[in-house]
Amino acid sequence: MARAPREHANLRVISPRPWGEWLAGAAVALVLIWLVWTVLDTPTLDLASIPRFLVMQAMLVGVGQTLILTAVAMAVGIVLGLLSAVAYLSSNRVLRAVAWAYVWFFRGTPVLVQLIFWFNIGIVFKNISIGIPFGPELFSVPTNDLITPISAAILGLGLNEGAYMSEIIRSGVMSVDSGQVEAARALGMSKAKSLRVVILPQALRIIVPPTGNELIGMLKTSALASVISVTELLGASSRIYSANLKVVEVLAAASIWYLLLTSLLSLGQYFLERRLAIGSGLVPSAMPGASLFRGRRRAAVSTERDGDDRIAVARSAV
Amino acid sequence: MTEPMVRAEGVQKSFGANTVLRDVSFTVERGEVVCLIGPSGSGKSTLLRCVNHLEKIDAGSLTVDGEHVGYARSGDHLRELRESEIGRHRAEIGMVFQRFDLFKNMTAAENVAAGPVHVKGVSRKLARQAAVELLARVGLAGLENRYPTQLSGGQQQRVAIARALAMEPKLILFDEPTSALDPELVGEVLEVMRSLAAQGMTMVVVTHEIAFAREVADRVIFMDGGVIVESGPPSEVLERPRHERTRSFLARVN
Repeated sequence: MARAPREHANLRVISPRPWGEWLAGAAVALVLIWLVWTVLDTPTLDLASIPRFLVMQAMLVGVGQTLILTAVAMAVGIVLGLLSAVAYLSSNRVLRAVAWAYVWFFRGTPVLVQLIFWFNIGIVFKNISIGIPFGPELFSVPTNDLITPISAAILGLGLNEGAYMSEIIRSGVMSVDSGQVEAARALGMSKAKSLRVVILPQALRIIVPPTGNELIGMLKTSALASVISVTELLGASSRIYSANLKVVEVLAAASIWYLLLTSLLSLGQYFLERRLAIGSGLVPSAMPGASLFRGRRRAAVSTERDGDDRIAVARSAV
Repeated sequence: MTEPMVRAEGVQKSFGANTVLRDVSFTVERGEVVCLIGPSGSGKSTLLRCVNHLEKIDAGSLTVDGEHVGYARSGDHLRELRESEIGRHRAEIGMVFQRFDLFKNMTAAENVAAGPVHVKGVSRKLARQAAVELLARVGLAGLENRYPTQLSGGQQQRVAIARALAMEPKLILFDEPTSALDPELVGEVLEVMRSLAAQGMTMVVVTHEIAFAREVADRVIFMDGGVIVESGPPSEVLERPRHERTRSFLARVN
């Protein structure tokens, strides 16, 4: 191939000026400055109290409760979702119908209604017993001993979450191409074995991102438990502000906690996704927002080499 | 006379109203290489998939090494086995697919070791050693730790063949093993199959590679419209076909 004349090789390339970006930047900066100014200039807002509320004993207890509630309810949701998804995908028609009904019911009623419902279940069912249907009772406890605010919250949030997780896991499993399932069968693997060894590891890649969203969603939805008097973050906050009437300041402190926790979760999700990308030939997009802080030039170069980078990352992650 | 490796008698199969196999009978002897050829939609892939019970036949009988795949015989009736029990039969029958269908979450070596580890319960260490040797046998030494997406089509198909071999099968079924490959990669896969045939492996190959069939097959079966039109050694079926349908098919693919 003939090479281009040298003089052309030395020509400088000038990119068009990003006027739109500069204009938008100026507008946003103006709004930000105005916002900060307004906040500082409002004497009724006690900014200095926010750091104090942030680390208040009652607030920290609320953070702990929120974390426990989120983790346990999510675990319940994932287990129920997995069971329901497997039932949904099985060839057993009864199981399929049960899974369908479960998802239909719990996805179709508001989670707030479910929370209040479980919390008050003791009104109609005084005792909860284990026994043979229509037969003898083996074991019985008063409902109100079992249904505390926190257990009602776990039940309500977990059952509701399970319905969503069921759909997420089902779509993940269905995303694995049927050829591999057939190859596993041809090797002599049972359905359960191929699910565990071949399908789920690959389905995880599809399942993890929406599950991360669900977890973040759960952290925020757990605030609903405050209506059934769980003293999680919002419940704790409302107790604090009903005593000192600094509603906005306390809620600002609670929001800072929520933001901190959800940011940590997104970070965890990013690293988990990167680990799961092994063998897929894909790496997840850069950390959320990271592109904002990267120069234009580097971004262009990295797209060019995308193909090689992918393999390199996939390998280095092994 | 010893029992043939595969014996199909009056096999019938339909998908809904669409009859795919009508009264198909054939045998495959031990150590024999049989190529199934025919136009697409002739039922040859379905027939192959019936052999290891990936498809269930509607009528007739199909045995591999004297056993009804997917059924347990008690007296004069056949009890259909559960998927988990059929695995025991399938473990003895290798299969290689058109689209390779390697497990994408596993490296080449893990793919090859998957059957021995998860079906036969061989230890990971032993299975890995065997996998590395098998990969070398199909010309992939040094690529043990690559994932399928990091391999070419021809390499992936050779991993798939090694994966089938790892189960030490009595019989390997090939379902159009080179149809999804770029032309320049077909040769390397056929080369591996050729050497397997030379080592005496019993093989049933659905293929469009007439030259391969001519060279390697002991017998060629030509199918059209769900029936076997003719079968015999390649020198007869491919060189002096007796039926008009065979002649016109060969004229089109050659």
